[in-house]
Amino acid sequence: MDQRAVEIVDLSAINPAVLIAAIMVAAVPIILAAVGELVVEKAGVLNLGVEGMMIMGAVCGFATAIETQNAALGFVGGAFGAMMLSLVFGLLTQFMMTNQVATGLALTLFGLGLSSLIGHSYVGKLPPDLEKISFGPLADLPAVGRMFFQHDTLVYLSILIVGLVWAFLKFSRMGLILRAVGESHDAAHALGYRVIPIRLLAIMFGGAMAGLGGAYIALIRVPQWTDGITAGAGWIALAIVVFSSWKPWRILLGAYIFGGITVLQLNLQAAGVRIPVEYLSMSPYLLTILVLVIMSADRKRAALAAPASLGQIFHTTR
Amino acid sequence: MLQLEKRPNPSRFWGRATPVLAVFLTMIAGSILFALLGKNPFIAMRTIFWDPILGEYAFYFRGQLLVKAGPLILIAIGLSLGFRAGIWNIGAEGQYIMGAIFGAGVGLALYPMEGWFIFPLMVLAGVFGGWLWAMIPAILRTKFNTNEILVSLLLVYVAEALLASMAVGAMRNPQGNGFPGSRNLSQYPSAANLEIWVGTGIHWGVIAATGAVISAYFLLQRHILGYHISLSGQAPKAARFAGINPNKMIVICLGLSGALAGAAGLFEVAGPAGQISIDFNVGYGFTAIIVAFLGRLHPVGIALAGLLMALTYIGGENASTALGLPAAAIQAFQGMLLFFLLGVDILTNYKIKWIKGRWK
Repeated sequence: MDQRAVEIVDLSAINPAVLIAAIMVAAVPIILAAVGELVVEKAGVLNLGVEGMMIMGAVCGFATAIETQNAALGFVGGAFGAMMLSLVFGLLTQFMMTNQVATGLALTLFGLGLSSLIGHSYVGKLPPDLEKISFGPLADLPAVGRMFFQHDTLVYLSILIVGLVWAFLKFSRMGLILRAVGESHDAAHALGYRVIPIRLLAIMFGGAMAGLGGAYIALIRVPQWTDGITAGAGWIALAIVVFSSWKPWRILLGAYIFGGITVLQLNLQAAGVRIPVEYLSMSPYLLTILVLVIMSADRKRAALAAPASLGQIFHTTR
Repeated sequence: MLQLEKRPNPSRFWGRATPVLAVFLTMIAGSILFALLGKNPFIAMRTIFWDPILGEYAFYFRGQLLVKAGPLILIAIGLSLGFRAGIWNIGAEGQYIMGAIFGAGVGLALYPMEGWFIFPLMVLAGVFGGWLWAMIPAILRTKFNTNEILVSLLLVYVAEALLASMAVGAMRNPQGNGFPGSRNLSQYPSAANLEIWVGTGIHWGVIAATGAVISAYFLLQRHILGYHISLSGQAPKAARFAGINPNKMIVICLGLSGALAGAAGLFEVAGPAGQISIDFNVGYGFTAIIVAFLGRLHPVGIALAGLLMALTYIGGENASTALGLPAAAIQAFQGMLLFFLLGVDILTNYKIKWIKGRWK
């Protein structure tokens, strides 16, 4: 970049209303994947395969949307595809008692390979549009309308799901059982709860949510198919769960911070700031690491927040 | 119904047999996958596993086998030490890239000077680069208790961005007509990591990998550090009572695996790859995780597993040119192998019993 380019940097060209609208969209895949993983971890299972499930969701969603020419069906297909992959994780970790860290990694490696195999014939195609929710006059409000009332369904759905998960974990009996299984699977088993089926359901929910998030990237955020399209979003979602201290509402905060830095660096790139593009594009990952460090530095609090049975293998002879 | 009974000790027989069983199962599942893709599974399997070693054009492929196995084994040996101790460095890909950047940086800075000391200096720089990158998760883990899995993985994306910036910026070939990518180190005699015996594929990276296998074997069998590593993984509490400092283990294991991955990156950039370019890394750091597990974290096993995985790379390329099999099929195949490996491990740790008429 030459010197003249630096002089024409104009940060005022970044419109705050558009910026906030873009942040809300950028955060959606992370919110969905993270809230799914939160439920999985609350049940005491550590599924590190979020990235693999997301990219399977992305490719299945994309393929379904193209074949049916229906974006809504695409999301269903994405959630289903990723759920199938999560079921592989469930079978391995719950019935064959494999190490959850290694199995999660396998899920990601396999998902990346399989997705690029399936996506092979969809490169360069354009997915159908998803209809937007109409808020009528609200959408026409100055600034606020652009920021909050002109989005697609998934933006609102993702926030709704966070609320539902919060209510489920906090108020419902099933939520209490799920948390009990995550805190002490032996105690829950002794009380007569079916640890493995409960965990399997949680894993499948996590898979479906990661799939929705992945489909959102391929169908709306990008919208195209390229190999490795999720670009680490699954890993960031895992970090956001730690950031949230396993509290659903905080996922929104984490995802908006992440979405903020993503959108901001894209805007800075477009505005022609002197920092090279490559350094700007590494900023979301660096920020995520920083956030992880801050959250984990307080050892006592971090240890209290995590479900006590997280990642442990449950095996009973009776 | 089927019931699982935990074995008091892992079965020695199944410990050796499960990797073979997993490879066999993967071949069956892979055949189904290839059949679904509309390829004849028998021809596909022959093209991937038979032709590169024993087929008509095997003389060309055989050299490639060691070229691909070298970095895989080098990285996997380092990773296996950490995995044994329960320390999950999954960011070897990033450490590999940083090793290449640091090592190539030294070589490019000294260009066009000639001297015997240049290549050894580059190796040192590569080792240092990988070590440095692995020290980030190590220090964050020991000082702030930050999860090393996530940090090491996220740093892969940072390293990839750095690689891109080097390829188009600081390390771009000034005589390259503005194309991204550095000077070709394999054409710079003092920095080149060429084949030592022509046609064998043996370059300095392969020698280093052999050395790493032997050293790791003695480290684990004969040295107190190897014992400490295994103990920390199998019985963390007992290790602490025995006075083993867990933080020291984290720094040592991550440091060693980072250094080896960095070395692998340097040997690759100065030899087979030749230059720093945007698409320099091809996922060896991730495949090495599979290699480590396939070798059951044992140095000799890893050497064999590295050769097998190298074969799937070469066979996969062969199949993609000969049969039009998508390149990603081999990646899915490798991922599947890890699934089967983890799954059949149940035979090592549990006895499966058939109990009549007693349902849950």
